[in-house]
Amino acid sequence: MRTIMIALAAAVVLALPAAAQEKPISLKRAPGVEKVEANCAGCHSLDYIQMNSPYPNAALWDAEVTKMIRAFGAPINEADAKEIAEYLKKNYGS
Amino acid sequence: MSSLDRRRFLGATVAAGATLGHALPAWAQAAGLDLPKALPEGVRASAVLESLPGKRPLIKLSYRPPNYETPLEYFRTAITPNDAFFVRYHLSVIPEVNASTWKMSIGGEGANGQAEINLADLRAMSAVEVVAVNQCSGNRRGLFEPHVPGVEWGYGAMGCARWKGVRLKDVLDKVGLKKEAIEIVFDGADSAPIEKTPDFIKSIPVWRAMDESTIIAYEMNGAPLPHFHGAPARLVVPGWTGTYWMKHVTSIKAVAKPESGFWMNPAYRLPVGRFPMVARFVSQETETNTPITEMMVNSLITSHADGARVGSGSSVGGIAWDGGYGIRTVDISTDGGKSWQAATLGEDLGRYAFRTFSFPVRGQGNVTVMARASNAIGQTQTTSLIHNPAGYHHNVIHSVSLVLT
Repeated sequence: MRTIMIALAAAVVLALPAAAQEKPISLKRAPGVEKVEANCAGCHSLDYIQMNSPYPNAALWDAEVTKMIRAFGAPINEADAKEIAEYLKKNYGS
Repeated sequence: MSSLDRRRFLGATVAAGATLGHALPAWAQAAGLDLPKALPEGVRASAVLESLPGKRPLIKLSYRPPNYETPLEYFRTAITPNDAFFVRYHLSVIPEVNASTWKMSIGGEGANGQAEINLADLRAMSAVEVVAVNQCSGNRRGLFEPHVPGVEWGYGAMGCARWKGVRLKDVLDKVGLKKEAIEIVFDGADSAPIEKTPDFIKSIPVWRAMDESTIIAYEMNGAPLPHFHGAPARLVVPGWTGTYWMKHVTSIKAVAKPESGFWMNPAYRLPVGRFPMVARFVSQETETNTPITEMMVNSLITSHADGARVGSGSSVGGIAWDGGYGIRTVDISTDGGKSWQAATLGEDLGRYAFRTFSFPVRGQGNVTVMARASNAIGQTQTTSLIHNPAGYHHNVIHSVSLVLT
């Protein structure tokens, strides 16, 4: 994962000025938020999380995290995945 | 990929994470947006009006990949301006393709030969035009109850443009199809930041590929296809939902077995028998589900916002569309659906286009105006939501509450 984040950082340096319209998404500051930012923001902006709030229940947030790993190949280890799912359930769930 | 300009639209915050404050907080910006109350609170709090390069301010749902919907006010005419047209991507690496060096490959095991075609080749071929609606399969997903996760679109994940290009069948004729060919598979220049993410690849059945209306477009409303709409050339499948309209096409392959990638299955599926689909995609069907195909008949009142004060006798209007059979009538009710009266239809730009409608509403006080479109094969809009796991095909009758004065 470290390699991927480094690769992404390199890509950012080459990004077009046209991409500068992306503003930071401030997720709720709570335990696990750093894991979310480090693992999720590489592939998509974090507004995806806010957008679905507050409907997903615990099972749905678990399913979303699993989908990101299994279907989309997100390189997230088991411990981080658990922490991310817990954060989402507590802060953006129902 | 070597022909592409590899500059990327990756967002500046990818690795930087949250940085210090920017202008107004999101909730303050969203406050100016008149979003449907049925949308999730999270959308209503985080959506903002923002412009992508070359675009007017649209309703930003996600920055990366960019998902921006068109505000209601742009749906008062049958043609949606290019710079107000919604933007939808699945994957966030979106190269700005250099039109002068771009080319697409044509071939595959189901083709007799192989060819490469560039933009000059396309422009030298016999040109056709079609006015057609491009609507995201998940348009109005945010209005689903129970909630369905995904991009929480309101009403604006759609638009209608005049597309100019060449018939796909003329492109396929350059290589010739074998009789075993069952699907035509499309890939575009966009991709994901990590290799394990399935590339966005879509197929359509051969019968649909050979249909006269299916084109490879290089112009949109008289202008070269804009970047966010698939420059320099995209697939246009009039009547079918936007998922098939591959942008920045780089490869077209005829295949003898069904395309099996993630974006064909399990993505973009509907339970068998749930919707009155006429157009079928048999090679992709299973016992329980089917790929989404044509759009359902639908309409939207766009002349007034919910809660507007309107003089008696004023025209209330909007647009209607369907999967390409053509709108026959739009009926209006002001008594909760007990009685209906036909609206006047506007200019007919073809059976794949938005059809405008208008109706004078009379009376005093509070009135709820409902619009219900029907098409040439007798299909009409649903009165209650037809739920499905991915949140597609929302075509519940739309209504607005007005105060007549």
